[in-house]
Amino acid sequence: MTSLKRIGRIKFGLLAPKEIRRMSVVKVITADTYDDDGFPIDMGLMDQRLGVIDPGLRCKTCGNRPGACPGHMGHIELAAPVVHVGYTKLIKKILLSICKGENCGRVKLTEKEKKEFLNRMEEFRENDRPITPIVEEMFKTSAKVMECPHCGEEQIEIKFEKPTSYYEGDHKLMPAEIRKRFEKIPDEDIPLFGMDVNVARPEWMMLRVLPVPPVTARPSITLESGQRSEDDLTHKLVDILRINQRFQENREAGAPQLIIEDLLELLQYHVTTFFDNAVSGVPSARHRSGRPLKTLSQRLKGKEGRFRGSLSGKRVNFSARTVISPEPNLSINEVGVPKAIAEELTLPVVVTERNIEEMRECVRRGPKHPGANYLRRIDGRRIKITEQNAEEVAETIEYGCRVDRHLKDGDIVLFNRQPSLHRMSIMAHRVKVMPHRTFRINPAVCPPYNADFDGDEMNLHVCQTEEARAEALLLMDVQRNILSPRFGGPIIGGIHDLITGMYILTRRGKMFDENSALELLRKTDIRKLPEPAELIDGVPYWNGKQIFSQILPPGLNLTFNAKICYNCDKCRGVDCERDAYVVIRDSQLLHGVMDEAAVGAFKGKVLDRVVKEYPNETARKFIDDMSHLAIRSIMSEGFSFGIDDEDIPKDAKIQIDEAVELANQKIHKLVDAYENDELEPLPGRSLDETLEMKIMQELGRARDETGRTAERFMGKDNSAVVMAVSGARGSMLNLTQMAACVGQQSVRGERIHRGYIGRTLPHFRRNDLGADAHGFVASSYKTGLNPTEFFFHAIGGREGLVDTAVRTSKSGYFQRRMINALQDLEVKYDGTVRETHGGLVQFMYGEDGVDPSKSDYGKAVNVKRIVEAVVGDEKGAGRV
Amino acid sequence: MKKKDIDVLKHELVPEHVVMDDKEAERIMREYMVSKAQLPKIKESDSAAKQIGAKSGDIIKVIRKSQTADRFVSYRITIK
Repeated sequence: MTSLKRIGRIKFGLLAPKEIRRMSVVKVITADTYDDDGFPIDMGLMDQRLGVIDPGLRCKTCGNRPGACPGHMGHIELAAPVVHVGYTKLIKKILLSICKGENCGRVKLTEKEKKEFLNRMEEFRENDRPITPIVEEMFKTSAKVMECPHCGEEQIEIKFEKPTSYYEGDHKLMPAEIRKRFEKIPDEDIPLFGMDVNVARPEWMMLRVLPVPPVTARPSITLESGQRSEDDLTHKLVDILRINQRFQENREAGAPQLIIEDLLELLQYHVTTFFDNAVSGVPSARHRSGRPLKTLSQRLKGKEGRFRGSLSGKRVNFSARTVISPEPNLSINEVGVPKAIAEELTLPVVVTERNIEEMRECVRRGPKHPGANYLRRIDGRRIKITEQNAEEVAETIEYGCRVDRHLKDGDIVLFNRQPSLHRMSIMAHRVKVMPHRTFRINPAVCPPYNADFDGDEMNLHVCQTEEARAEALLLMDVQRNILSPRFGGPIIGGIHDLITGMYILTRRGKMFDENSALELLRKTDIRKLPEPAELIDGVPYWNGKQIFSQILPPGLNLTFNAKICYNCDKCRGVDCERDAYVVIRDSQLLHGVMDEAAVGAFKGKVLDRVVKEYPNETARKFIDDMSHLAIRSIMSEGFSFGIDDEDIPKDAKIQIDEAVELANQKIHKLVDAYENDELEPLPGRSLDETLEMKIMQELGRARDETGRTAERFMGKDNSAVVMAVSGARGSMLNLTQMAACVGQQSVRGERIHRGYIGRTLPHFRRNDLGADAHGFVASSYKTGLNPTEFFFHAIGGREGLVDTAVRTSKSGYFQRRMINALQDLEVKYDGTVRETHGGLVQFMYGEDGVDPSKSDYGKAVNVKRIVEAVVGDEKGAGRV
Repeated sequence: MKKKDIDVLKHELVPEHVVMDDKEAERIMREYMVSKAQLPKIKESDSAAKQIGAKSGDIIKVIRKSQTADRFVSYRITIK
């Protein structure tokens, strides 16, 4: 094996013509590729010295067969120099800074100025600072000089015209002329351009020799019809060679200047597009089919380019992808894997004394589930295990063999959902092989992946080595990632039905007999119930709070306000009529309900406390038990939502209509006041703005009023209300819109004004400022919208749609840039943040040195909690 | 008011800047185990640096209010 070497430094320079010729194995002169027999033509673009790709041939340079031959560079001698597109701006700057004099060609600076610039560059280099600003300043200074300080030559203004033309006054500078000028620049002036004479001379930016990439870099493919199809690069090179040849012939034949110039232009075009086919101002070179050619720069640039597509990212083996679906009976650190996938994905196991029988059984089962797909014997031979040879192969198994056995329960795999925006987007799960064709996950782990089950697909990767498994378990295990480093709270926890289930279970007045109580706790390992809360006719009953308390880890004390809390002016504490005051003493839920504020992802306080004060394993168990209990609770109770849940009584309807009518009247009054110039403008607003604001306020009030009415009439047992108040899904606003009144539609935060002159639609009178004419939707979704309302609703809806589309793409690119800028920063052991060279970025991480994932919602310590823990909280006064 | 008369350090958004003496500077560099080139930089022409008369090579102590740590001290090397 060759020894590993460290790269000390990298120097960038220009490719010298000499260098190009030196590394070339063949001078390409003919534009033809193959002869009539399909054999590569000598000195053509497919010359066999450039490397071989056709099987059976041998490279004439290195003698290797296809695959082994790395390919060799060739070159084309251009009949006239052309500009390299990558350097057009630098060429312009240099042109402007040097003297045009016949015998001069020096940079237009006095010796003193020159020395000063060079000294400053040297000083900056020593301090590891970029010299670019000095170079830019030098170009600026020297370009202004219109009389050469060395030879006194009068200078003429030079203009650069995109993409590749330079004009000195009215005269067009040919690349050959520019080259001549650059050749005259003395070596000691070159460092002024920020270049190193040893690796770069300015005239090398004018190409006279073009390197030809080896055949292996532009392989042709043989179509089914036997026809050859050449690579885009080859096509481009053919174009260059053809024009080069024609240019040469015409020049030798003494063709008119005009034709020569045209041909040179054409040669320039082909060389330009050979490098980059997306230069602005240059029409892109196209294939016969009209598809733009993929030339050098296109191969490297962008998402699918060589860097991002082939080097930073690759396709991998031992991975699977399918649709996900929920399975609350799984633990949060498990993933249900379809049997079909488990039979395909394998894990290498070396046969030892301890596992030989187990492995033999695997091999014997062959391709049937807990089996094996391949056996690698000690001699290195790999045998595919099929149903036919399974028995036979199983007999040959011995110590040291490697069996590629199927995935089975308990194996560690990585589970990922794109876009992988934070580290919790990839976590380690334990396999649970299951029937059917989807990956199954506990819905409590949806938030970190940002997954739902409307068709989302996820990827799974099997750890292949013991080290990989150990690392995955230590760093990426689900229970180690319950707390998000983003805000220092739990990111895994109850969502939707889990919250509803918990809420229904722990509400006041739920009683269960022994059978149903134990049924609820079936999936947990609790088999003993506490003292019953009540005895009715000698039969013991337990309440929901007691049942929930069984899954709490021992020794938990907590007091907080539930999500359903109304934030009354005077809190009645444990006597809260809505049961929103939660008290947990010694792991017994004494008062209050479990809702989003208790067990929800992001906000769950009980969850938060359990995760922070108990081991990971306990926290995992709690979330598992919680989801099992919640799902059983919601199933035994039954929970559904239908269109009739939006029904409201006639009285309510009348009240809602009255509220809308009242708002309309108020708006009329406002408009009248406005038209009679009686309206007082608000500070800093014009009269029109004041009116608009007041109308908007009035309409908002109207909608809220109707919402309250609807809420009052729907009652707190309505399933939509239950979901909204417990924080499971939806809001009271959503309910209002469904049952009472959709409300004002807006564009950019204002009422809708666009449309025709003085009105939004022809259905209204001109200059009508009323509610209906500017997008107020008085109907509810249930009653349905009238045509104008529907149209306004579509306008408002479209804005929201466009907004989200724009936001996601903008923020995605912004995040990419942030990651690229920050990826090498590291928090060192002394708490400082440094970049790769040890340069300090922050003297203390986050200025306080706190790891947010170990913090309490961003704060280093939760003082109240500590005080409570030490002093005790007998009266339930302290709250977290 | 002439430009010269404005003391930027008096503005509430400008943190306190202090030029450190060599002994203290030496201590800081040892404490963080950094060379001068590894410190964050501030230009000699920076208004605050001008105000306290820092010259290239001086280390400036910047004491700012912090959302997370209340008060935070950092250091900058003055450059040309």
